[in-house]
Amino acid sequence: MSIQKTTFSPKKVDRRSFLKAAAATSSAAALAACGDKAAIEEFLQRDFRSLSKEKIAKIIERLEAEYAQKYGKAFTVSTKEPIPETFFGYALDLSRCIGCRKCVYACVDENNQSRDPQLHWIQVLEMEKEKGVDFIDANLYYDHEEVPHEGHFYVPIACQHCKNPPCVKSCPVGATWTDSDGIVVIDYNWCIGCRCCMAACPYGARHFNWGRPTLPAEDANPNTHYLGNRPRMKGVVEKCTWCIQRVREGRYPACVEACPVGARKFGNLLDKDSEIRYILENKRVLILREVLNTQPKFYYFYST
Amino acid sequence: MKFIRFLKESFQIVIKGSPRYYTWLAFLFILIVWGASGYIQQLKHGLLVTNMRDPVSWGFYIGNFTFLVGVAAAAILLVIPAYIYNWKPIKEVVLFGELLAICAMIMVILFVIVDIGNPTRLWHMMPFLGKLNIPQSLLAWDTVTLLGYFILNCFIVGYLLNSLFYKKEYNKKLLTPLILLSVPVAISIHTVTAFIYNGFAGRPYWNSALLAPKFLASAFCSGPAVLLILFQILKKTTNFEIKDEAIWKIAELMAYAMFINLFFFFAEVFKEIYSNTEHVVHLKYLFVGVGENKDIVFYGWASLIISIVAFLLFLIPKTRKNPITLNIGAVLIWFGVYIEKGIALLIPGFTPDTMGQVYIYRPSITEIKIATAIFAIGFLIFTVVTKIAIAINFEGFNIDTLKRKKATSA
Repeated sequence: MSIQKTTFSPKKVDRRSFLKAAAATSSAAALAACGDKAAIEEFLQRDFRSLSKEKIAKIIERLEAEYAQKYGKAFTVSTKEPIPETFFGYALDLSRCIGCRKCVYACVDENNQSRDPQLHWIQVLEMEKEKGVDFIDANLYYDHEEVPHEGHFYVPIACQHCKNPPCVKSCPVGATWTDSDGIVVIDYNWCIGCRCCMAACPYGARHFNWGRPTLPAEDANPNTHYLGNRPRMKGVVEKCTWCIQRVREGRYPACVEACPVGARKFGNLLDKDSEIRYILENKRVLILREVLNTQPKFYYFYST
Repeated sequence: MKFIRFLKESFQIVIKGSPRYYTWLAFLFILIVWGASGYIQQLKHGLLVTNMRDPVSWGFYIGNFTFLVGVAAAAILLVIPAYIYNWKPIKEVVLFGELLAICAMIMVILFVIVDIGNPTRLWHMMPFLGKLNIPQSLLAWDTVTLLGYFILNCFIVGYLLNSLFYKKEYNKKLLTPLILLSVPVAISIHTVTAFIYNGFAGRPYWNSALLAPKFLASAFCSGPAVLLILFQILKKTTNFEIKDEAIWKIAELMAYAMFINLFFFFAEVFKEIYSNTEHVVHLKYLFVGVGENKDIVFYGWASLIISIVAFLLFLIPKTRKNPITLNIGAVLIWFGVYIEKGIALLIPGFTPDTMGQVYIYRPSITEIKIATAIFAIGFLIFTVVTKIAIAINFEGFNIDTLKRKKATSA
């Protein structure tokens, strides 16, 4: 077991970011006039599910302008709804995973997580083969020259997208819910930051923006979804959305594409011919903390 | 209109006082300013200035919140015998218990506000204004019950003092049902607060049916302990009067409550240790440490030993009636329950975290500053309202004496 402490360091300003900031300031001056109005609008904004189509369109317009100005490139903020007849599931092959953490960083790049303080949606636990899946003796902060480390195996954990999610139940303001395609999402503008959901989650999947998230302009991914990877603000909770901005466009989540050993599988549980259905029907499958009846749609399996 | 006049006259009482009174107010004011500087930092940089992190996502603020909900709920320990059994010696001081409850509630609300990541969005959880996730979310229920209890107590106390000021008989048909209603509401605020923790199936340390009963039992100790100490201070420094019998009775009730609290504690310890499942790790973290991490072991034992000693002091009639041992007992109980709620309840629930990792949490200076300011605000309000209540109850401050004064000066 080990201890991690996020340290608080003041933001460094180098020449390049200074010039960028200077360029941004000129356009900011133009926006400043309507800045106060935007702040008030944002303050009074209702929760996403009760907003009208027109209101959402206005909010998206405002956000896209704000991000474009902040990061110096064109942003799209999608509000694409679930694809009909789709119910997503995820499977991870424990016999293949080597604990390289490529998925962790692919996720950070895709989903605009804060770089300082660092925030990861995927946590990879190193466990001892002798002990099996055992959290108490697991190590989150392993640091070897090479992986896999002898006698160990790896369990990457992110949001399990439970069918019976304790986090959704605990939220006092209904800022998090399950969409019809099974993705558990968060409305970052409605979340008050009480962190009930973090106490409720049995998988440590929810993460809080303790400070103002920092995202260098050159690292920002401009293809975003309102309920997913758009840049976050301080004081809100975030977590894996199975790359909602990708999967609702028919693409794979970034972690699936990044995995060098093909341990990650993703698909539509309602499609009888899908790979995920094949795995569930033919492989040895386990889910984490089954006894809690959270009913994850994230399945771990052994291909060999 | 009459109530406004009452407030105006009360204001005169509040601004006039002895040098000692002014010094006390100035001291509290300095603490508030000092703490407010911490809150400004927190608003600027976010909760990063605290030592809470993802593994231990609630800390000192929520610990204090939980403790103070107990203090607020415990006012009913005095209301029950006073009103239901019409037990006179306590009835005279019930008012002060309710004043304490109101101040505790203000602190409770402030601790929630400072803990929230986005305080400007607090309206999202206001009834009617925002969107409360009822019946699912326990925190949503807690908001409703806490606000209800706060408003109810403010009304009862305001109405009582106003009636006493105007020397009117208060309307029993209105007041008695409200006072009776405050009893179940008081129980419910602490029960619902316990249920917030209790409802997390993924946190075995809290997921015990004994949690809510234990919360109530410990609140019945800590709330009156605070009152006992305050009563002694008020008796020394103001014209406040209280009969010894009332103090002894309160102390006796506390002994019973502490016994139940300790019994529940041992029942839980037995269950965890005898069944020896992987869930025992949280209790181990509290009493022996996990691996090399023994950070809160001292507090675990301190809370337990303090509570047992205090229980014995209150149980034995001789030490209960001796003012010195009585006060030692009250202070010990206060410390015992404060450590229990602030550290022994909260921290092991999060440590090791759901992934089995240990993050050592200690409140940061900013957290301590902000908490100090909130306590100072609570004490400030308590000082002010108690001054008014004492003036009315024991110093003959009422409409008649005011009229007489005006007549003589004219």
